[in-house]
Amino acid sequence: MCLGIPGKVVHWLEREGAFSQAEVEFDGVRRVVHMACVTEAELGDYVVVHAGIAISRIDPIEAKRIFETIAGWGDDEGWRPERLEEPEAPQ
Amino acid sequence: MKYLDEYRDPEAARLLLDEIRRVSTRCWTLMEVCGGQTHSLLRHGIAAELEGTVELIHGPGCPVCVTDQEAIDFACQLAQRDDVILASFGDMLRVPGSRGSLLDARTAGARIQIVYSPLDAVQLARKHPEKQVVFFAVGFETTAPATALAVKQAARDQLDNFSLIVSHVRVQPAMESLVQAPDNRVQAFLAAGHVCTVMGYESYESFVEQYRLPVVVTGFEPLDLLEGILACVKQLEANEVRLENRYARTVQAAGNQSAQDLVREIYQICDRAWRGFGVIPEGGLELCLEWRQYDARTRFSEPALPVLGIDECRSFDVMTGHLKPPDCPHFRKSCNPESPLGAPMVSSEGACAAYYRYGMTASH
Repeated sequence: MCLGIPGKVVHWLEREGAFSQAEVEFDGVRRVVHMACVTEAELGDYVVVHAGIAISRIDPIEAKRIFETIAGWGDDEGWRPERLEEPEAPQ
Repeated sequence: MKYLDEYRDPEAARLLLDEIRRVSTRCWTLMEVCGGQTHSLLRHGIAAELEGTVELIHGPGCPVCVTDQEAIDFACQLAQRDDVILASFGDMLRVPGSRGSLLDARTAGARIQIVYSPLDAVQLARKHPEKQVVFFAVGFETTAPATALAVKQAARDQLDNFSLIVSHVRVQPAMESLVQAPDNRVQAFLAAGHVCTVMGYESYESFVEQYRLPVVVTGFEPLDLLEGILACVKQLEANEVRLENRYARTVQAAGNQSAQDLVREIYQICDRAWRGFGVIPEGGLELCLEWRQYDARTRFSEPALPVLGIDECRSFDVMTGHLKPPDCPHFRKSCNPESPLGAPMVSSEGACAAYYRYGMTASH
């Protein structure tokens, strides 16, 4: 029930208030998602989608923070923070 | 997949596990509130890895598990009407009410349609103007914006054949009910990440202050969970009590204002019966008076049926940490996914289903 999947906003269909909709790509599959709660999202942004509506935009800088923290204690044990992709620029 | 696979990195998880073990001087008891977190903890072997370091109690954070039997009975009752299509999330179908499940009703001829979004139920109403489409609206604050949007969509489209059985529940009142119990065992909470995505976490400030328990907002992937556990353990070891957000890539302090506005416009807070818990004050959401025409209980004049029999399911003991699923006398015997006694064995987020699915056979 609380499953929320991140997907990339690839195409706005309607960007007006409560009935905003966009195409969001999940691992190569595109779905129409209701965007009433995340109308500020730009193309290329990742959003968390739950029960057909986007509930949050993912902050790519915060998404990297945990890896930087871990790298601080464990880099000598083989894990490399550069394995994480850089955030993609909005299209 | 971006923002999923990275958070499953086994080497990073190993470093976090080592750090949790390093800072722990005793075994701490934490509750993960959300059932999605329970499944992730078991699927990725985190609960087993931390045995002896952290005991994880699986909280009441599965809205399917806590949906009152009376609501399921009412849904079955409506589904059996010739003029009704009942739309529901798939998880609800096998949950037993006191007179059988929705799946039993469907086998007996009721028209029940599984949907993935409340908006799909509105679409169904548009396609079937000759029928009344009733959506079984379960879910926490995470799901309430989607059902609120469905109501607004139905109003915009002037659909007079769409309504809801509203069974939304609110997480924080349930957490309060748990910690107020005299036999509470929880020493810190991993707060439900996606509820906080919508509602924010500012309201936990007073909770932390009042009950003197650490609360850490936590996500669902292995690294999210391990980071949340580490933050709790560090606080407990230092004898500190704080609210922390360890799911900051998704959760803001104030939550999502647009989602909250939608929920406030359509719903109001009410007392609600939680299965296993009884009535929790302010534990649910109901439609505001001005939207009450979309309430199936207003639209249909079905007589209220008494709940039959005794609920044998020990879900309350499981959800309060007093019984591990494998210790339940019914587990794998009279209760299994094919023939569940209660919702925790049915739901995709139920604790008993997680133990069954991931082969956990003995408690420790």
